Amino acid sequence: MSDLATIPTSKSEDWRYAPANALAQIWPIAVEEIHVAAGGSDALTLVQDGGDRSGGGEPIARQILLVLEDHAEFDLTILNLGGTYSRIAVEARLGKASRLFIGGVQLAGANDKLEIATEVTHAEPDATSRQIIRSVAGGTASATYLGKVRVERGADGSDGAQSVRAMLLSPTATANARPELEIYADDVKCAHGCAVGELDAMGLFYLASRGIAPRQAKALMLQAFIAEALKGAADADNLHAQAQDRLSRLLEGEL
Amino acid sequence: MLQIHNLSATVADKPILKGLSLTINAGEIHAIMGPNGAGKSTLGYTLGGRPGYEVTGGEVSFNGQDLLALAPHERAAAGLFLGFQYPVEIPGVSFVQFLREALNSQRRSRDEAPLSGGEFLKLAREKAALLKLDMEMLKRPVNVGFSGGEKKRAEMVQMGILDPKLAILDETDSGLDIDALRICGEGINSIMRKPDKAVLLITHYQRLLDYVRPDFVHVLAGGRIVRSGGPELAVQLEHHGYEDVA
Repeated sequence: MSDLATIPTSKSEDWRYAPANALAQIWPIAVEEIHVAAGGSDALTLVQDGGDRSGGGEPIARQILLVLEDHAEFDLTILNLGGTYSRIAVEARLGKASRLFIGGVQLAGANDKLEIATEVTHAEPDATSRQIIRSVAGGTASATYLGKVRVERGADGSDGAQSVRAMLLSPTATANARPELEIYADDVKCAHGCAVGELDAMGLFYLASRGIAPRQAKALMLQAFIAEALKGAADADNLHAQAQDRLSRLLEGEL
Repeated sequence: MLQIHNLSATVADKPILKGLSLTINAGEIHAIMGPNGAGKSTLGYTLGGRPGYEVTGGEVSFNGQDLLALAPHERAAAGLFLGFQYPVEIPGVSFVQFLREALNSQRRSRDEAPLSGGEFLKLAREKAALLKLDMEMLKRPVNVGFSGGEKKRAEMVQMGILDPKLAILDETDSGLDIDALRICGEGINSIMRKPDKAVLLITHYQRLLDYVRPDFVHVLAGGRIVRSGGPELAVQLEHHGYEDVA
């Protein structure tokens, strides 16, 4: 991904949304390596919460290197729940006909700065990658997704997709999304979509018309919004419960 | 139960309701018919409190309460149910969760004890059976992947569970085949035809009224009730169209 020896500055595209003082505290970031052998399959759920809800908390960053050998499969679910700076970066290298799913949810309130960064390389033919990222930001928080899908020369039959959506709960919240494709092979299928929006007014009215109060209606709509990203997780119920808890606090005081 | 007096409302600054008056008593079923663009759906949304539907004049009293002063969820808790012409899909939230939260929100605001999971499921199963909707469908996300007819039957299941005093049903008959129409009609009768309840049916066609016999029929045109009568008025409209009366 990037050179981990020196602290990057905001001029570096991969780190432009990271606060400089947070980077100084967390640098250098250790790389955690995950290797899935040929034909193997594995899954990981990361729940990261670097906030103490009063706006403090230490910055956290994780850097994961994921290597999938031929025909290997991996499901990664990320729940990024808060922090002055909370980053999860994944660099993945996909072998022949391997499959990677990344579902990411970020719930940012107060002055949180949350970030998911991915770089998925289709190094061999016929691999599939799917990324579904859903971010919610309130207060003066920011939620960022930086995601690159690279298809190397000769990696024909690659299929990579990124779906990135963000929901803003306040006019002072920020969502950054940068889905990128870098394709050096001919026969590939890649798609990315990105949208930033507000909660659907008709949906909120429908819930209200059944007697559900505004805050609860928003929490339900946000549950609906993030659901797709958590769909693959083995412990989806538990993740939903943690997300709901965070969302209701986020809506309560915009924290 | 419901007194609408001289109600005017605008949508995006455009006047739609222009001094509409209507009184509905407990035990009555009223049908509002009228040509496209007459303001039928606007009436339903305005009474339900949809944002963007701005009341510019008149009063609405619902069981002695000023309906227009209440937020949409408070209107529901006060006993108003709005059946949607196009029910909204909410992926990722099951009907069971949605309706249990809705019912218990209403009960809490009336100082009634919330239903337990078991009690709620028993009630939901009973109402789903009434509308011949498979209980399994209520475990799915709200309206997602439902056909037009299933959505409307699910609306009626919601009505059965929430047990309102007044139901305003906006084109519940649209998109229904003949069997679904009969099932919905029978559902409305069984849930709402009671001495302490009332229904306002908004419809284009006579056909729903074959199953749910109205006590009064009104013609809405140009934002006002231009004619009222008994059930025979609906038949007359079916034969002669709105041109003669509106």
